[in-house]
Amino acid sequence: MRDKRMTEDEVVSRLRSGMTIGVGGWGSRRKPMSLIRAILRSDLKDLTVVTFGGPDVGLLCAAGKVRKLVFGFVSLDTIPLDPHFRRARQTGAIEVAEFDEGMLQLGLYAASIRMPFLPTRVGLGSLVLDANPDLRMVANPYGKGEFVAMPALHLDVALVHMNRADAAGNAQYLGPDPYFDDLFCAAAEQAYVSCERIVDTEELTRHAHPSTVRISRMYVTGVVEAPNGAHFTSCVPDYGRDEAFQRRYVEAAADPASWSAFVREFLSGDEADYQRAVAALAAPAAKES
Amino acid sequence: MSPAPADRAEICVVACAEAFRGNGEILGAPIGIVPIIGARLARATFEPDLLLTDGEAHLVYGTWPVGEPPSGATEGWLPYRAVFDVVWSGRRHVIMTPSQIDSYGNTNISAIGDYARPTVQLLGVRGAPGNAVSHPTSYWVPKHSRRVFVPRVDSVSGVGWDNARKAGPAATEFMDLRVVITDLGVFDWETETRQMRIRSVHPGVTVDEVLAATGFPLIVGDEVPTTREPDETELRLIREVIDPHGARYREVKV
Repeated sequence: MRDKRMTEDEVVSRLRSGMTIGVGGWGSRRKPMSLIRAILRSDLKDLTVVTFGGPDVGLLCAAGKVRKLVFGFVSLDTIPLDPHFRRARQTGAIEVAEFDEGMLQLGLYAASIRMPFLPTRVGLGSLVLDANPDLRMVANPYGKGEFVAMPALHLDVALVHMNRADAAGNAQYLGPDPYFDDLFCAAAEQAYVSCERIVDTEELTRHAHPSTVRISRMYVTGVVEAPNGAHFTSCVPDYGRDEAFQRRYVEAAADPASWSAFVREFLSGDEADYQRAVAALAAPAAKES
Repeated sequence: MSPAPADRAEICVVACAEAFRGNGEILGAPIGIVPIIGARLARATFEPDLLLTDGEAHLVYGTWPVGEPPSGATEGWLPYRAVFDVVWSGRRHVIMTPSQIDSYGNTNISAIGDYARPTVQLLGVRGAPGNAVSHPTSYWVPKHSRRVFVPRVDSVSGVGWDNARKAGPAATEFMDLRVVITDLGVFDWETETRQMRIRSVHPGVTVDEVLAATGFPLIVGDEVPTTREPDETELRLIREVIDPHGARYREVKV
């Protein structure tokens, strides 16, 4: 069995400015945040980001890493809108390609099965066609009607965070929803999976059905053990969303000074520094209780 | 003792429930507090076959309070991956909350102002384009005003009748806009012109009030009915079972 273990920084060393990067998870749920934080520490820029957006988008926008966002929405779930994403749009700082979320799924699926496009009626009559002038239509060859030819969304890189994985990259979700993480991996040239814990392969299915091992190692380039790596997004059943921290993230976006203070406190060191700073926030509360 | 009369929020809940009447064995997809209470009320009373989720990836039975985990049996699994299959199969009725809506039922949840550089960036289109051309779609507006009811939406997330017609038969084939429920009344579309009309006004609301709060002309019939009030069973379900803590008043102030 190949050992694909590596660190976040090793993953980021394989990325290049200008790449198209797909980010797994959904909204503020099971986002590969430790990998995102590693990108924030890097010199990477001009990225095209494809995602069911959450704070991954906000953080990358705030750090000026995004040239173009391919998205259907950006939300923090319990807080409907991400302030950094809003600012990036309202100042014209990023390009966007906005699609219905179902079209994103189709585009990733098309890339994963090496089809140039898949037909759909979704998008017809909506801003999706105006905002994406390159979208082409396809005539129904068997009957009436013109459909949207949703192009394959090819990714240079996929970044996802799962609950467990083995060292070869077989990766497992243990929460309620796999989201689209396996599709992101299958649509990418290189796929990197971070996870809460790397375990022996037997461990993956000792208490869980094999269907929870949603990502097969044949799609995976590298595996990163990243405990609490999805923080502050949810990663159930390992942990829920850190709502207090998410609020802090949103409040810090209010002005440049408070954002610099947030960056100084949490994002100026490495991942271990981040996790220590987060743990330090929780510590006084733990003492009181 | 008979219960206190229904307030505006409770009228809205029942109007949302009514949107699901006759839907049968399909997925009810209410977005927003009042629509969620309405969908659970519909299933607990006149629409028992409706399917509902826990807001995450499970289909669940039962009638449980908003904001709390479901108490009924899990009857299935519906991760995001499978949601679009259901949407495109047509077996779903969504109630979404638009930031803007116009006479033809175009809705905007994406961006206010110039699309290239919006004055106000909102959520993004989410699944609105696909919902509108795939299955029954209704809308909920907690505060009926000219800010929401605009002559033209700034950009189209949920597709209205005019834009669908322009896009051709692939867009109109399964299009099924049903109703718009607001804190003032219930609205649908005239079959011929596909322009919005008043279906009913809530008790205590006048037609003039509605017209004044709407940024485009509404079609008004000779007789405008009053939205029905909840019965005692429905009031008890709303007040004691589904929304005992009054979450409905976060959307509709009374």
